[in-house]
Amino acid sequence: MNPGGILGAAAQTAAVGLGAPGLVGGMRQVRARMEGRAGPGVAQPYRDLRKLLGKQSITPEGTTVVFAAAPAVIAAATLVIAATIPLATTASPLDGAADLLAVVGLLLIGTVSLVLAGLDTGTPFGGMGASRETTIAALVEPTVLLAVFALSIPAGSSNLAVIVADTLRRPSDVLSPAGALAFAAIVVVIIAETGRLPVDNPATHLELTMVHEAMVLEYSGPKLAVIEWGAAMRLTVLLGLLVNLFAPWGVAGRHAGLVGVAAGLAAVAVKVAVAAAALAAGEVYLAKIRLFRVPELLAGSFLLGLLAVTASYFLASPQA
Amino acid sequence: MTATVESTVSAPRRGTGRPAAGLAPALAGTVTVGLGGAAGLLGVLGISGHGGGVRLGWLLPLAGVDFAVSATAGLFMLLVGLVAVAAGVYSIGYFRTSGASTITLAVAPVFTAAMLGVLAAGSVVTLLVCWEMMALASLVGVLSDHHRPAALDAGRWYAGMTQLGFVAILVGLVVLSASGGSGDMVLLGRHAGRLTPTARNAVFALTALGFGSKAGLVPLHVWLPRAHPEAPGPVSALMSAAMVAVGIYGLVRVDVQILGPGPRWWAVAVLGFGALSAVYGVLQASVSTDLKRLLAYSTTENMGVVAVGVGAGMLLIDYHRPGAAAVAIAAALVHTVAHAVFKALLFLSAGAAVAATGIRDLDRLGGLAVRMPATTILFAVGALGASGLPLGAGFVSEWLLLQALIHTEPGSGTLLAVVMPVAVGVVALSTGLGVAAMVKAFGVGFLARPRSPEAAEAREASPSMVAGMSFAAAACGVAAVAPVVLSAALDKVLGETPGVGLSAAPSLGVVLRLPGLAGSVSPAVLAAAVVSVTLAVVVLAGRAGARRRPAAVTAPLWTCGAGPLSERMEYTATSFAQPLQQVFDVVLRPEVDVEVSHAGGSEYLVERVRFRSRVDDTVELRLYRPILAAVSRWAGWVRRAHPGSVHLYIGYGAIGVTVVLVVAR
Repeated sequence: MNPGGILGAAAQTAAVGLGAPGLVGGMRQVRARMEGRAGPGVAQPYRDLRKLLGKQSITPEGTTVVFAAAPAVIAAATLVIAATIPLATTASPLDGAADLLAVVGLLLIGTVSLVLAGLDTGTPFGGMGASRETTIAALVEPTVLLAVFALSIPAGSSNLAVIVADTLRRPSDVLSPAGALAFAAIVVVIIAETGRLPVDNPATHLELTMVHEAMVLEYSGPKLAVIEWGAAMRLTVLLGLLVNLFAPWGVAGRHAGLVGVAAGLAAVAVKVAVAAAALAAGEVYLAKIRLFRVPELLAGSFLLGLLAVTASYFLASPQA
Repeated sequence: MTATVESTVSAPRRGTGRPAAGLAPALAGTVTVGLGGAAGLLGVLGISGHGGGVRLGWLLPLAGVDFAVSATAGLFMLLVGLVAVAAGVYSIGYFRTSGASTITLAVAPVFTAAMLGVLAAGSVVTLLVCWEMMALASLVGVLSDHHRPAALDAGRWYAGMTQLGFVAILVGLVVLSASGGSGDMVLLGRHAGRLTPTARNAVFALTALGFGSKAGLVPLHVWLPRAHPEAPGPVSALMSAAMVAVGIYGLVRVDVQILGPGPRWWAVAVLGFGALSAVYGVLQASVSTDLKRLLAYSTTENMGVVAVGVGAGMLLIDYHRPGAAAVAIAAALVHTVAHAVFKALLFLSAGAAVAATGIRDLDRLGGLAVRMPATTILFAVGALGASGLPLGAGFVSEWLLLQALIHTEPGSGTLLAVVMPVAVGVVALSTGLGVAAMVKAFGVGFLARPRSPEAAEAREASPSMVAGMSFAAAACGVAAVAPVVLSAALDKVLGETPGVGLSAAPSLGVVLRLPGLAGSVSPAVLAAAVVSVTLAVVVLAGRAGARRRPAAVTAPLWTCGAGPLSERMEYTATSFAQPLQQVFDVVLRPEVDVEVSHAGGSEYLVERVRFRSRVDDTVELRLYRPILAAVSRWAGWVRRAHPGSVHLYIGYGAIGVTVVLVVAR
C-alpha cells in the first residue's frame, strides 16, 4: 500500500462521484444536438439532483426497510467499485481485496437491491420492472463472467491491476481474437446493465417499455436523487472499466506520484468522455427492441464470451 | 385475469397417531442438539488426527462395527453437527406449535445419529448399515404426514430411488473390499491398486451412481424435489443440508481418495453430470412457485456446482496440475460447507413461514416481512448466501472454483481446453439464474402485500425456532467473512487426497490467497467497505438539502388511479418468472393454457380469462415415465406365469430344484 495508490483511489472515487451526473448530462446533450434539439445543457442533471434533494421525503405505504435502503446500497456498491478498479491508478489499496469477479458481484448487489425494492412496493409496476430486470440480469451475469475469464486467462489472474499491467506489457492481446470477442461481449453487457438502448430506454415513461423506470416509480425526493446519482455512477464506472481494460494507456502505475495520478485521471476522463459520446451517438440510430428479443441479444453475447474463453485456451501462448 | 397455478398446500398440523406430550419435543430437540455438539467435537478430533479407531465386535454379528474418523470425515461431521444443532433447537418450537407424533419426533435424532455413523464408519459394513439407517430414518420423516397423497407419492419415489442407490453402493463396495482383501476403509485406500481395471471402473460407476443419487445429481434427482418439501421443517433441513453432503462425502472419500486417481473419463463424467445438475436445477428453481420445492431444486444446483469442483479437481490431478487441483477440491469442500449452513437456514425459515401460514405456494404468500420480521431477515441472510454474491456465504467457494478454472494454464491439452470453458459457462449461468430464483423466493414470498388471508394473519415463529435459525445465520456470517476457520481442516483433507499439491492449499485469511497463483480477494474488507459506505451515503443524503425540506410523510402507492392496492394487482411468483420461463421454454416445456370465454358472442368482449400454467420435471417425464412404463409392461408379462394354479407352482418348484442341483453338481 503506497501513498500514491491511496491518493489515486481517493481521487478517482471523488471524480466518479462528482463527475457522473456531468457525464449523463453530456450524453443527453450529444443526443439532443444530433436529433436537432438545443438540449438542456450538460449541467442539467446537477440541477435535477439539487431540486430532488430539497423535496419532501415520502414513504409509500406498507414499504419496508428494503425499499428505504436500496438507493444507498446501489450508491455504496458503486462507490466501492470506483475505489477499487484501475481508473486513474493501478495501485488502489483495495485492489487486492476485490478482483474482477468481486466487482461483478458488487454490481449485481446493486441490481438485486433495486429489484427487491421494486417488489417491496407490491405495485404492478414495481413487480413488472423487477421481473424484467431480473431476467436481463440473470442472462447478463454469465456473459460478464465469461468475458472476465477471457481477459483473465492471458494475464493469469483475475486481479484488475494484473490484467491492466499485462495489457500494457503486451498490447497485442487486445487485438487477439479472444480480446476482440471479449470486447464485443462486454459492450453488449454494459448496454444491458446500464439500461441503455436498445435494451431499455432511459428516457421512457410508458409502462409497456419500462424496466429501470418501472422499479423506481415509487421513489421521490432525496431517495430518487440517490438512485439517479447511483445509476449515473454505475454508467461511469462501467465505461471506465471498459476503456481501461482494453486501452489502459495513461493509467498511473505502482510508483507514480501526484503528477502521475493527475495525468491518469485526465487520461481516463478523456477516454470515458469519448466512449460516452460514442455510445450516445450510437443510440440515436437505434430503437428499443422488444423485451423478448433482448434474451436473443444476450444469448449472442454469451456465445461471444464462450468463444472468447475457448479462443484464449486454444490460441494463447503458454506463459510462466 | 384468474391465475390458477397447480400447487400443493400443506396443512400445519402433521403427524398421525398420538400427538406427543408437552415435553417430548424438547427432549427430542435436546438429544439432536447433543448429537450435533458431539459430532462437532468428534469432527475436530478427526481433523486434528485423533479420530482413532473404536471396534464394537458385539454390536453386529460376524462383521462387528468399526468407527474411525478421518480428517475428511471430520470436516463433514462438523458440517452435520452445525446443521443438527440449528435444526435441534428449532425443532423444539416447531413441533410444539405444529404437533407431531412420537415417531416423527424420533426421526431427527435417529437420522442425525445415522448420518454421523456413515461419516465415522471405519469399515465398509459399518458404512452400509448406517447408510441404510439414514435412508430409513429420512423416509419416515418424509412420510410423517402420510395421509396426504403428495407425501405418499414422495415417499414412494424416495424409497425407490434410495434403495436402488443403496444396492449400487452395496455391490460397488463389496466388490472393492473383496478385491482389496479387507473391509477396512484405511487399508482399502492402500490396496485399491490391486483391482483389475475393469473392476475399478465398475466400482467407480456403481459407487458414483449411488452417492450421486443421494447428492441429488441429475438425472437421479427426481426424488429430491418431492421428498424434501414433504418432510417437516427441521427434517427437511437435515435432509437438504446435511444428507446431500453425506452423498458428496461418499464421492470424495471412495471415488477420489480411495479409488483415485483414475482414468480420465471418471473426471469428465463427474464434471459432466455436475454441470447438467447445476444448470437443470437452477432452471427449475427459477420457475418453481412452491417455496420448498424451489429450495430443493436449488440443492440440486449447488450439489452440481460441488460436483463440477470435484470433477475439475480430478481432471486437473490427471493433467498433473496439483496446484489448481488443490484449489478446485478445496472449492468443492468449502461450497459443501457453505451450502449446508445457508440451505439449513433457508429450509428452517421457509419451514417457519409454512408453519405460520400453512402455505407453500409463493403465489399466495407475501407480506411476511411485517408479520414475521425475524424470520424474514433470517431468510434474507440465507438467500444472500445462496445467490453467491459478495457478503454472502456462497461467495468464497464460487470464487475459489472460478479461480481454479482460470488457473488452468492455456495450452495444457485439448480436453482441458474444451471442458474448462464449458465448466465456466455452466457455473456462470447457474450463478445468474440462482440470483433470480432467490430474489423470487425472498421478494415475492416475504416482501410486498399478503396474497391470501392466511399470509395476512401469520404470526412470528416461536423463540426457540428463531434461536435455531439465528445459529445457522451466525454460521452463514462466519462462512461469508471469516472462511479462515476452515483452513486447518482443508489442509488435512487435501493431505488425504492423492495427487493434489498440499503446498498449494488456498490460504483463507482476511485476504484469500492462492499460493503460487496470482489472485486474491477479501470478503471481509469488501463487506466492511460496502456496509460503511452505505451508512455514510444514508447519513449524507439525509443531511444534504435537509434545511429546505418539508417534514417526511407517508403516502399511498400509485395504482394508476384504480383505488387502493389489492392483492390481485400484485405480481406473483408465476408472473415474476414468466419472462424466464418463456426464454427457456425449450428446456422447461411448460404446460400453459389460456381459456377465454366471450361475452354475448362477441369476439371483442371478454367475460373471463382463465390461465393455467404448470412446469413439470422434464427429466421425470422423458426419462423415468418410459422406464416405469417398461417395467410395468415387463411385470405384466411375468404376471402371466402366476395364474393361481397350485399345480403349476409345484411344477415351477420342481424345475427350480432340478436347475439348482444341476448347477451345483
